[in-house]
Amino acid sequence: MANVTVLGATGNQMVAEAFRQAKVDVLPAYPITPQTTMVENFAKYVADGRVHTEYVAVESEHSALSASIGASAAGARVATATAAQGLALMFEELYIASGMRLPIVMANANRALSAPINIHGDHSDVMSCRDCGWIVLFAETAQEAYDQTIISFPIAENPNVLLPVMTTLDGFVTTHAMERCELMDDDTVAAYVGDRVPENALIGGPKAVSHGMFSSLGGPYFKLKKVQREALENSKPYIQAEGDKWAAITGRKFEFVEKWECDDADYIMVIAGSSAGNARVVARELRAEGLKVGIARIRLYRPFPVAELVDILKDAKAVAVLDRSDCFGAQFGPIGLDVASALYSAGAQVPMRNYIYGLGGADVTLDALRQAFTELPQVASGELDQSLNYLGVR
Amino acid sequence: MSDLIEIRWHARAGQGAITASKLLAETALLKGKYIQAMPEYGPERTGAPLKAYTRISDVPIDVHNNIVKPTIVVVLDDTLLPVVDVLEGLDENGILLINTTKSIDQIRDELGVAPTIKIAVVDAKHIALDTIKRDMPNTPTVGALVQVAKMVTVEALKENLIIDFGKKFTQDVVDANLASVDRAAQEVVSQ
Repeated sequence: MANVTVLGATGNQMVAEAFRQAKVDVLPAYPITPQTTMVENFAKYVADGRVHTEYVAVESEHSALSASIGASAAGARVATATAAQGLALMFEELYIASGMRLPIVMANANRALSAPINIHGDHSDVMSCRDCGWIVLFAETAQEAYDQTIISFPIAENPNVLLPVMTTLDGFVTTHAMERCELMDDDTVAAYVGDRVPENALIGGPKAVSHGMFSSLGGPYFKLKKVQREALENSKPYIQAEGDKWAAITGRKFEFVEKWECDDADYIMVIAGSSAGNARVVARELRAEGLKVGIARIRLYRPFPVAELVDILKDAKAVAVLDRSDCFGAQFGPIGLDVASALYSAGAQVPMRNYIYGLGGADVTLDALRQAFTELPQVASGELDQSLNYLGVR
Repeated sequence: MSDLIEIRWHARAGQGAITASKLLAETALLKGKYIQAMPEYGPERTGAPLKAYTRISDVPIDVHNNIVKPTIVVVLDDTLLPVVDVLEGLDENGILLINTTKSIDQIRDELGVAPTIKIAVVDAKHIALDTIKRDMPNTPTVGALVQVAKMVTVEALKENLIIDFGKKFTQDVVDANLASVDRAAQEVVSQ
């Protein structure tokens, strides 16, 4: 029977606990706000002998992911963590990790990208890496950041998946706020995550293999990319299975898209990350006022849950898609583009308006979210167009 | 008090407001409450005005933004009063607690505090100097707060101090902080 400790902890503390309980073999990292206290806490666990991890204090994020790639290819269980400019500096290795099918777990403290310099929370960093072939998860709370980090290890390391996982939590709002959290006992987590059993490791595997080969014209590069796309799409049942297995232990459900009052909703908001709670506060008020609103909260962002979202949104009168980052030059923000193409390909004619919100940590006010919800009847009637709007810009 | 208690802390960086916001939250957590405690995130500059927030509730807390309509405002440094609008958004039946040597009437006059708002004052600076032996007003101010607002008991606060500070500090320091809480609970006045 699992023992649960209730404690007040930040998202960063909870992710550090998850890394410790998963008994990570190698963790190369470079500190960056707002991820810093995560790796500080973890480094302390290593120094105190509470976990026997090779903690590599590297000189840059480029090196952090390079070292992670090497260690993962060797057969180790590997984690790392970063944010914003650090994730941007990892860019070329992101594709290498996924192309080499290495099960690295990376926590990202979602933060704005410069310029202007800004250390606060938004999704510009993770969204700029959304097409790199990683599984991408969004947490709303410190508790979810913990749960999501734990399930990431068996997902990534499953021989039927073998993909890196980015487990993300919003900078400051989730990384630095102390909340009521439940920590599982170490033995329960150890039994749940098990050991990594690599089939094709550089070290310790049943046969000698090479990693990182050259494949130019005439080689299998083109085919491998097709296989990589299929691998990401095919990871969905394994992601759900691990979420279900962990839910059976904790009682905390995992869904690709969390449905809140969507079944009878006329108007639905699509959102990811820490602002979903604020949206629920407003949605409860609006329901009491007679407006039937619902919320579809994305927890699995890559592979994108197309079928699940279409099923939730197809009968709505109008949909508000909230994006905490922008795709400059494109018609919508990243989730806006994804939802629009999902609805189009399903033949669902649902009016949609895209809202960019909370960039650079701008406070996500209840009034701003109320505006997005209450504009939807006008979007449904055609009085408001299906455009991109910056929500609450002063 | 309604279901959700929202507290905004005003202080200067270095006075322990973030520790205070967490200390209160953890005490409520020990008593089975749902909690949040967070600083207003920005660069740390000792002496600069800062805000921190605590939420306490009997049910899970969905809202995650800054507190703009607090039920309670706590001011750890009265030199902030001419600089910061500490009353901004304060509930008309709320509580304003200030670490100051000024009287309740002086505060009510100077800030124009509505008669429905309860004002509490405590000289946490001198209590801290007497007990903790340095000007660290956070612990005695939390003691005064729980005495006045009663979201947890003074005894619960002391229980948590023994656990929480016991992990980080010597027994002498823990004892001094416990003494500061008792003194503040006795000396705080409110109206």
